This record gives sequence, structure tokens and C-alpha cells, in this order.
Amino acid sequence: MNLSLLIIFPLVTGIAVLFCKGLKQVRTVSLTGATAQFILSLVLLVEYWKERSAGNRSQFLFDRNYTWFEPLHIHYHIGVDGISIAMILLTAFVVIAGVLVSWAQETLNKEFFFLLLFLGASAYGFFVSLDLFTLFFFLELAVIPKFLLIGIWGSGKKEYSAMKLALMLMAGSALVFVGLLGLYFNTNLNGAHSFDLVEISQMHIGTAAQNLFFPFAFVGFGIFAALFPFHTWVPDGHSSAPTAASMFLAGISMKLGGYGCLRVATYLMPDAAHHYSPVIILLSTVAIIYGAFATMMQKDLKYINAYSSISHCGFVLLGIGMLTQTSINGAVLQMVSHGLMTALFFAAIGMIYSRTHTRVTEQLGGLLKVLPFISTVFVIAGLCSLGLPGFSGFVAEVTVFMGSWQNPDRWYRLATILACASIVVTAVYILRATGKAIMGPITEKHFNNLTDATWNERTAAGVLIIGIVAIGVAPFWIYHLITPGTDYIIQHLGKPVTLK
Amino acid sequence: MNMGIDFLILMKQEWAVIAILFILLFIKVGSKDRTNENILNLVNVLLLLNLIGGFFGYKDGMLFNEMFKTNHLIVMEKNILSLGTYIIALQSSSWLKNNKHVLEFYLLLLSTLLGMFFMISAGNLLMFFLGLELSSIPLAALSNFDLEKRKSSEAAFKFIISSAFSSGLLLLGISLIYGTTGSLNFSAISEHLHGGPLQIFAFILLISGFAFKISAVPFHLWTADVYEGSPVTVTSYFSVISKGSVLFVFLTVLYTVFKPYGVTWNNILFVLSVLTMIIGNLFAIRQNNLKRFLAFSSVAQIGFILIGITGATQAGSASVVYFVLIYSFSNLGAFGVISLVSALTGKENIEDYKAFYKTNPMLSWVLAVSLFSLAGIPPTAGFFGKFFLLMAGAGHGNYILVTIAALNMVVSLYYYLNIVKAIFMDSNENPIKKLMIPASPKLALIICSTGIVLTGVIGYVYDYIYSMSIGF
Repeated sequence: MNLSLLIIFPLVTGIAVLFCKGLKQVRTVSLTGATAQFILSLVLLVEYWKERSAGNRSQFLFDRNYTWFEPLHIHYHIGVDGISIAMILLTAFVVIAGVLVSWAQETLNKEFFFLLLFLGASAYGFFVSLDLFTLFFFLELAVIPKFLLIGIWGSGKKEYSAMKLALMLMAGSALVFVGLLGLYFNTNLNGAHSFDLVEISQMHIGTAAQNLFFPFAFVGFGIFAALFPFHTWVPDGHSSAPTAASMFLAGISMKLGGYGCLRVATYLMPDAAHHYSPVIILLSTVAIIYGAFATMMQKDLKYINAYSSISHCGFVLLGIGMLTQTSINGAVLQMVSHGLMTALFFAAIGMIYSRTHTRVTEQLGGLLKVLPFISTVFVIAGLCSLGLPGFSGFVAEVTVFMGSWQNPDRWYRLATILACASIVVTAVYILRATGKAIMGPITEKHFNNLTDATWNERTAAGVLIIGIVAIGVAPFWIYHLITPGTDYIIQHLGKPVTLK
Repeated sequence: MNMGIDFLILMKQEWAVIAILFILLFIKVGSKDRTNENILNLVNVLLLLNLIGGFFGYKDGMLFNEMFKTNHLIVMEKNILSLGTYIIALQSSSWLKNNKHVLEFYLLLLSTLLGMFFMISAGNLLMFFLGLELSSIPLAALSNFDLEKRKSSEAAFKFIISSAFSSGLLLLGISLIYGTTGSLNFSAISEHLHGGPLQIFAFILLISGFAFKISAVPFHLWTADVYEGSPVTVTSYFSVISKGSVLFVFLTVLYTVFKPYGVTWNNILFVLSVLTMIIGNLFAIRQNNLKRFLAFSSVAQIGFILIGITGATQAGSASVVYFVLIYSFSNLGAFGVISLVSALTGKENIEDYKAFYKTNPMLSWVLAVSLFSLAGIPPTAGFFGKFFLLMAGAGHGNYILVTIAALNMVVSLYYYLNIVKAIFMDSNENPIKKLMIPASPKLALIICSTGIVLTGVIGYVYDYIYSMSIGF
């Protein structure tokens, strides 16, 4: 199957939207496109299983390689392994849900849907790239749509948040850029250099160069994934963004960072990954604990979810930093799980906000009585977030913890224990927010007149819940999907950590 | 006989410009009942022919005892300048429609273009200097073309003085070079460079002269006032064509003549480029007038180009030429919108552009895309241009410089996005009204946006420029 279709579908839909007239046409076309790419991603999954069960053992499937800039050995090289497919599925789920929750987008609807689909296209491009130049191209491609989405359709101090987000993410990609150039000029392919991920992984980059450029790449991607102390764009950006943009930001965009940390920094510079592992673990543990406690102090539902995202993305980086196969599997699972869960959370918050016009927990109350469906969605997202068995959050976090515990070093184990302990804090803020906003008596009289979710909102939530439950109840399929991919990473990392 | 044909083919682009100049002169002298519209259309057609003609009949060679040399790269560079001039001519038609001195405008403009062509093709310092002067003196007259405006004459005066000063530096450098090497020919000079103190001094004088012309910090102070005072189309000519041509010569001179001083000029360029990027950016943040803003942002862009020059490889020179091409599209796209708005409403400040999107969505997108390209955001061509410039710098091992540049790109993004914010996000009680875009500026904007979108994504353009570039 041709992976370029994943980029072309949303892009063509987005351009088609620009030529539509009226909200009805715009959203019909958008939904058609979103459904098409959703089906495409499922087809990709099936095709992948077929290839694998037919005995195809190569690292990347559906590999296509076209020359882009001949003199510099820059190629448009795409292909997928299980990890990328997991991320592509996540993107597909979030895109279709995002289009559905923006159903009633009145102002400048063409531009809105165009930018959403454009963002989706760049995420697909990022996840299928096997050439670092292509990858970087798509990474930066995703920044400006976010800026415009937040700045034009956002709420609150939207211009400030949009600018902060754009500048911090660009700073991140500036660091990534230096890291990639460093990698490029330390490769040697018969005298020439290469950006090709597969080629670089097959040659040995000098340890000194790795140690020099790993921090650039890791911190750069880390900024996208809310690495402490570069997480400050997350709360502002998420809370000011319109619902669909929040879902995209937390659901897909932050995963670009996690994926980059894993696929580029850790995979291509394994020696440096070992070297810097303690620092990564320290920073991610701080992010987990700090994020959790900071969330406790929040009153605004969007801020609660944004800060908890910092904490949850900390698990991703912790899993990567621990460098065992189980922990890296856990990191990938956590990326998918957090993406679905947080998108669901933001969708529910958006639905509540569009009806009650407030997001502050103290002004809400008793929503379960008037908005049973939306409240249930909110509770499901919350339970997934605090790691209740049966939902994807539990599977992912447990995998991260088990993988981390395999690391025999005592400081690593201390970090694992601290990270585990944060779950208690998570439970506190989730249950408190649920208790205040959803349960209890109805605080405002006009809440009685509210109407529950419309069909499009129900479908959006349903799609995401299916994803969450599919991972939570039967995690084996996704485990089998990503393991071949992580096998290669672990093999490349060498020095496997074994239990003493 | 053979010599005669060479004489025609090698100098084909110069001949073309001279022919256009003569046609315009004949019209000036001969015809009484001419309308501005006819003249503008004629000039646009002639410039288009000039541009197309440039792509045929490539030939490498020298004339007049190495005074004049040409090769594929030089022809390409001249084509880029012709393209830029064509776009500017299209853009200026709405401004010149009612001007009494249309012919003079184009006579002056084309003489500077001719000067630049000779300068780029120079194989001899004397020829280079003649070309440079031919290209800069008419520019002063051009910047004073708004005859009623006092700011315009101030700009012209500042420009003529600073350009005379920099020419003085260059001349002193040239005479010292002549004194120490005994020749003015590029090839002979490079054989006689021995690194003596007088030669180094002369070399530094030359570099300062160049730095003046491309307005690198600390030689940039004339830029903002001149840019602000001149008519918008002249400003765009300054920032794209004039700078581009000097950059091309700078590249040739450093890569071929002063090759033995590679380490020296590498260090000098390092300092110049860091200063230029940082100071250009910091000043650009504070500007409110869009012309001044673009002046400082173009100062910052020069800093990035200097990094490409430090690359000192074939990739380095290719990336510079490639970037100048992209920069012409992006900057002329931005200037195109600004000059249109300025000609039709007289508004030039960033505040006036608030809520521009509500009334003029197409112009807003063109402006935004041009700004994204200047900032280096994919998928616009600017991304590829900057990427390759910095890549060339990194290839030389200058990772510190590249890191500084990459972070400076973030700062520059801040001020470009500020304008985008004003256009798309801010509200305004008195926005610029819906503008009717005349045909030829529209064509110019279409060319620019197409260039911005396609030059990067289509890898062939870079490959083509690379194949003609010179190494170190």
C-alpha cells in the first residue's frame, strides 16, 4: 500500500474544503475526508498483519524511496513499522473525532477545517518518514496551523498562548535541527552523508558526536513532549485552544515529540542514550510529580487536563529513558493511550463548556443529572487517566512501571517508586474534579435546560472510547503490533538490562 | 568572425538590457502622444522577453583580456536578477500609472540593472568597481523618485553619502591590492596573495565595502532610513536586487580571488553574521512601519546568507544562490502586497493591517505565506533555503554559528508572526477596505506565491543551481 496516500487524503480534503460554500458543505466534505483516512489507517493495519503473518520480517514495511535533493542525498523516504502504525491509528482516531466535535463551527469554518486537516496530514507525514529531512519537514509543518488555530478560534488570552506555543515549539525544532545536522555530518556513506534513518542506524556514529548531539535532539523533541522544564507552553496552549485543536495538540502533537525522542534520539544515538539516561529519568520523574501536584491546584477543567498531560507525558519519557524493552513498549502504549484519553477528555470538556459556558469546577455541579451522556464520557476519560483496569491507561502505565523496575539500579528504582506514587495524586484530582463538576446537586438553575450530546458528539466520543477500551481490555494486539519495532530499538541499544 | 559571435553571445544579457534602454530612449525622444499605460505594458513585455532570453544560449568564456567573464552560474544569477526586476516592474505599475516620469524611472532602473550585470561578470577589480558605481548612482536618483516627499530626498542623500563612503573604502582596498600584487585581474591577484599586513588591510577594506553594500552589521545604519524614505517599489529593488547582486559578487570574490585567505574571512564572516542576525532581529522587533520592519528583517536575512558563504563548498555557493532566488520571491511577495496597499490607501504601518483578513483574504494569504517563507516555515521555499544555508555552515563544522542562527530563527519567527497575528487575529474598527487589484500587480503576486510554494518542494531547482555552482 502506498503510504503517501495517508498524507494526500487529508491534504486533498483540506484543499477541497476551501472551495466549499457554507458550513454544511464544509463539514460534509471534512467528515468524508476524515472517514476516508480513518478507513485507510485501518486498511493499513490489516495489510500490515497480512505482511507480517506472511513472514515478512523486514524492519519497515511499505517502504518507498524517492530522491528529493540529489546533491545532498536527501530523500523522500517513507515506511512503517508497528510503532508508526500505532501512532497512525491514534492520529486517525483523533482526526475523525476532532472533525466531529467541531461540527457547529460557525466563524471562518473553511479555514478551520482546512487547518485541522492540514495538521492531520503533517502528523501522518511525520510518522511515516524514514528520512530525517522529511521528518523534520513535517515536524515544522505542524507548528503554524497550531498557531493559527489557537490564535484565531481560541478563547482567553489566545494570542499570548498561540505565540508562546509557536515560539517554544520552534525553539524545540531549532534544537532538533542542530541535532539532525550533527548526525548528518557524522555519517559516512562512501564519502557522502545521509539523512536516511535506516542507513544511519546501520552505521556507527562516534560516541563523542553522539554525546554532543543527543541533547539537542532529545531536548528539542522533548519540548514537544512537555519535557520538564520546557513544559510551560502546554497549559496555556491547551487551555486557550478551541476544543478540536486541544484534542490535536494533546492527542497528536505531543506524541510527535515522544516519537521523535524514541525514533531519532534514542534509536540513532544509542551510546548517548545510555549516557544521558539518568538525566532523562530525573527530568521525567520531576515532570510526573510536579505535573501531578500542579494539577491538584487547578480549578479550570482544561488546565486540569493540560497539567495532567505533563504528568502523563512524563511517563512516556520515563519509559524511553529506562531503556528496557518493556519500558519502551510501555512508552509507546502510553503515547497511544494518553492521546486517546486526553482527546476524549478535551472533547468532554468542550461539550460541557459549549453548554454551560464555564470550565471552572466550582461553578459546575450535578451535570450527571442533566447531561448524562457527556458526564459519562467525562468519567470514563477520568478513570482512564487515573489508570483504572479495563482502560488503556492502566495497561500503559503498568507496562512502564514493570519495565522501569527491570532496571536494577537503586536510583532508577527510586524514580520508579516515585512515579508510581503519583498515581495516588492523579486519583485525588480526577475524583475531586468529577465529584465537584459531575456529581452532587445542580448548582445553577439554567443547567436544567441544557441538552445532552448531539449525534456527532456521541460518535466522536464513541470512536475514542472504542479505542481506549480496545487497548484496555485486549492489549495483546497492540503489544504484538509494536514489539517487532521495539525489538530493533533494543537490539540497537545493546547492553540489555537484565535482572540480577 | 568567431570573436564577433562570442562577443554577442557571452554578453547577451547586457545587450538585451542595453537594447531595452535604447528603445525607451527613442520613445522618449521620438513620440509625443504616448500614454503611461502603453509604456508600462511595453516595458513589462520587454522585460519578460529579456528574462526568457536569458535562459537560452549558455556559454562560458571571457572577453576583453579577462575584464568580462561569464559562466553558467553567472548567467543563472543574472536571470534571477532579471526575474526580480520583472516582478518589480509589474508591481510598480499601479504606482507609476499617473506619474509623469515613467520613462525616466525605467531608464534609471535598467541602468542599475546593467551595472549589476557588469559587476557580476567582472573578472577585474576595475570592471567590478565600474559596474558597482553604475548600479548605485542611479539608485540614489530612484530613491528620490517621490519628488514631493521630503523623506524621499533625505533617503536619497543618505544613500549617496553612505554609498560614496563605502566606494571610497573599496577603492582604497583596490588600490592597495594593486600596489601589493601588481594586478587588477582576479586570476592574477589570487596568485600573488602572500598574507602580508598591507594585503590583509586591503582585504579588510574590501570586505567592509561589501558589508556596507549588503548592509551587514555594523555597516547597516543607512538601511532603515533609506528603505523608509524611498518609494516601496524602490525599497524592494534595494532589498532584493541590489543586495542580491552584491552577494553574488561577494561570493565569487571570496571563493575565487581570496581563496588563500579562507581562514581569515571565515572568522570575519562568523563575527559579521552573528552580529547581523542578532542586531537585525532585535531592531526588527521594535519597528512599526512595515518598510522599516522589512529593512531590518532583511538585515537579519543577510546574517543567514553569510553562514551559507562560510560553508565554502559547492553546497555553500549553491545554497546562497538558491536562497537569493527564494528570498526574491518571498520578499517581493511581501513588498508586493505592501506596495499595493500603500499605493491605494497610503497605509504603511503594522496597526493598519489589523483585521486585514476580513476584508482582503487573498492578499492576506499572500502576505502571510511570504512572511512564513521569510521566517523559514515549511512547506514554503524559505524553509529549504534556510535549511541548506545552515547545512552548508554546519558542513564546515561551524556548529556554534548554526546553533545561534537556529535560535535566531525563533526570534525572527516572533516578529513575522506578530504581523500574521495582526492580520488574522486582531480586531479593527477601521480596517483597510476591500482593494481591487489591477492585473499586473496581480500577476506579480501570482508569480511570487507560485515561486514560494514550488521552488522548495520541487527538488530539481536546487539540483540545477547546484550543478552550476563553484566549489572552494
